[in-house]
Amino acid sequence: MSRHSVSTLHHIAPPSIERHADQWILRGDWTLQALRPRLKWFRFLLRTSTPELGWDLTGVGRMDSFGALLLWKAWGLREPAVLAMAPDLHTAFERIRQTADMTPPPPRRDWLQPVVSMGEKVLRGADEVRQFTGMFGQVVIEAARLVLTPSRIPLKEVSATLYKAGVTALSISALLGFLIGVVLAYLMAYQLRNFGADVFIVNLLGIGIIREIGPVLVSVLVAGRSGSAFTAQIGVMRVTEEIDALSAMGVSRHQRLILPKLMAMLVAMPLLVLWTSAAALVGGAFVAQIQLDLDIAYFFETMQRVVPVQNLYIGLVKGSVFGGAIALIACHYGLRVQPNTESLSANTTKSVVVAISAVILINALFAVATRGMGMPGR
Amino acid sequence: MNLVELEGIWTRLGQEWVHRDVNLAVARGELLALVGGSGAGKTTLLRHIIGLTRPARGTVRVFGEPIHAGNRAAQQARRQRFGVLFQHGALFSALTVYDNVAFPLREFGGLHEDEIRALVMSRLAQVELEPRHAQLVPAQLSGGMVKRVALARALALEPELLLLDEPTAGLDPERSAGFVKLIRSLHAQLGLTVVFVTHDLETLSALASQVAVMAEHRILVAGTLEQVHQFEHPFIQNFFRFRAVVDEREGL
Repeated sequence: MSRHSVSTLHHIAPPSIERHADQWILRGDWTLQALRPRLKWFRFLLRTSTPELGWDLTGVGRMDSFGALLLWKAWGLREPAVLAMAPDLHTAFERIRQTADMTPPPPRRDWLQPVVSMGEKVLRGADEVRQFTGMFGQVVIEAARLVLTPSRIPLKEVSATLYKAGVTALSISALLGFLIGVVLAYLMAYQLRNFGADVFIVNLLGIGIIREIGPVLVSVLVAGRSGSAFTAQIGVMRVTEEIDALSAMGVSRHQRLILPKLMAMLVAMPLLVLWTSAAALVGGAFVAQIQLDLDIAYFFETMQRVVPVQNLYIGLVKGSVFGGAIALIACHYGLRVQPNTESLSANTTKSVVVAISAVILINALFAVATRGMGMPGR
Repeated sequence: MNLVELEGIWTRLGQEWVHRDVNLAVARGELLALVGGSGAGKTTLLRHIIGLTRPARGTVRVFGEPIHAGNRAAQQARRQRFGVLFQHGALFSALTVYDNVAFPLREFGGLHEDEIRALVMSRLAQVELEPRHAQLVPAQLSGGMVKRVALARALALEPELLLLDEPTAGLDPERSAGFVKLIRSLHAQLGLTVVFVTHDLETLSALASQVAVMAEHRILVAGTLEQVHQFEHPFIQNFFRFRAVVDEREGL
């Protein structure tokens, strides 16, 4: 390719507009690319131009829809009386002619809109509850079916989810647990020392962490980590029609997708709670040793005496229930995903927020229901 | 005058060489079809031209300049001179049809909202969509409509060059023929240069003015359909045999 032809590739004849006696003379290329550098100037010139005069477009090289549109607007959406142009320019004007004055449908203003949208929200909420209940029922039925035919339990999926939601969360949950234990113990140590009640740090940390902080901390972590992953996974499977493919093969989505996640979370969460609580207690014991000179061996020995074992059971049961709630909520929002990116992100966000709120709500219910259990000194 | 020039392109995907010394030139006003078996590297070549990927060796020139030459503004200005239709449309699923087509115009800058409206409406009319379709979102569109909207978006800035990846894949024969007709008429109206990848012989014979056949990691032959047909090579004989069968049947 010669140098000359390279330059012609970029050749844009600069557009111009001039007034000669009683007509406007246009030259050059009237295209979007050519007009851009001096667009404001041309807009101004065209605004001050007078459509009544003659228009000579014979000097125009190329014209695209945008150039045609600019002129068409300047002419007041009709052809000027005196107009001269090459025949091939007509097509550009023809394209713009029908659509230039097209107005979009006016936005409807409705003073009832706030009421309507509130009502829609309520109905949507009711629909969500209905859908969630339906899904829960299906899962229970599938679970019952699996009890009768244990060979059909999707063990592979369960094990994969156990690994993804449980094993890979070990390091991060241990780190978070340890740090929370350290911070709590550090703050408590100061207060308790004022009262000379050093040794009660064991009671406080023991009951607080095992019964409350461990399960809730792990739930928040897992809701953010695995809950969002479940929602996104099922949501993408809906977008790509994989769920329809499952149904077409006669495989129940509840059995193959939701139940394994639920089962894995019911098992993995208590174990994660145990692990995280242990890490938090180690952190607490570590600080108690430094701040209060409480021997670590003594710390754990005392704990067995002052913290009733029911607290551990409560903590583990809570973990399991929280895990189930997170799994069900995540799957519920996954199935609500519509095939577009907006819906995927909205439902993933919702899944995490609702799961954490549900965990805190269920935790409050647990606190009321188990208020007589596991408290020493009664 | 060549709008697209590929010189000595070598591309490697993983351990495999996909292209070994690929050379291709597309002159202004051509309708060039890139054909070849699955995995022959047609789409990869198209992605080189768009500038989404870079070859390991060789140069890609679009409008006479290397596709990655210049600063960001220069590159963007160059990209605004060609339009791309992706295989699955690649419409922004969160935006309506109207906003999808308006997107390149808004990015271009300097246009008033009423001008954008007129241009969007004119593009939609060009691809034979009705104004009422403008407020739909991509999820509500059929496969054929997605392609039309994507084409309208590719044409939004009236590019000189149109790159199409499998423009008729997934369309039924009637829609596919309609789409081919549409591209032909746009080509005539706007003086476009079109490069398209296809598997479909119908599309190929109805649309292409030039054909480039990819096989064995290179361009086997490039020329008119007639020239390519005459070329002695097992791949080409196989590729066009189906066509011959159809012709025979029609001859009955």
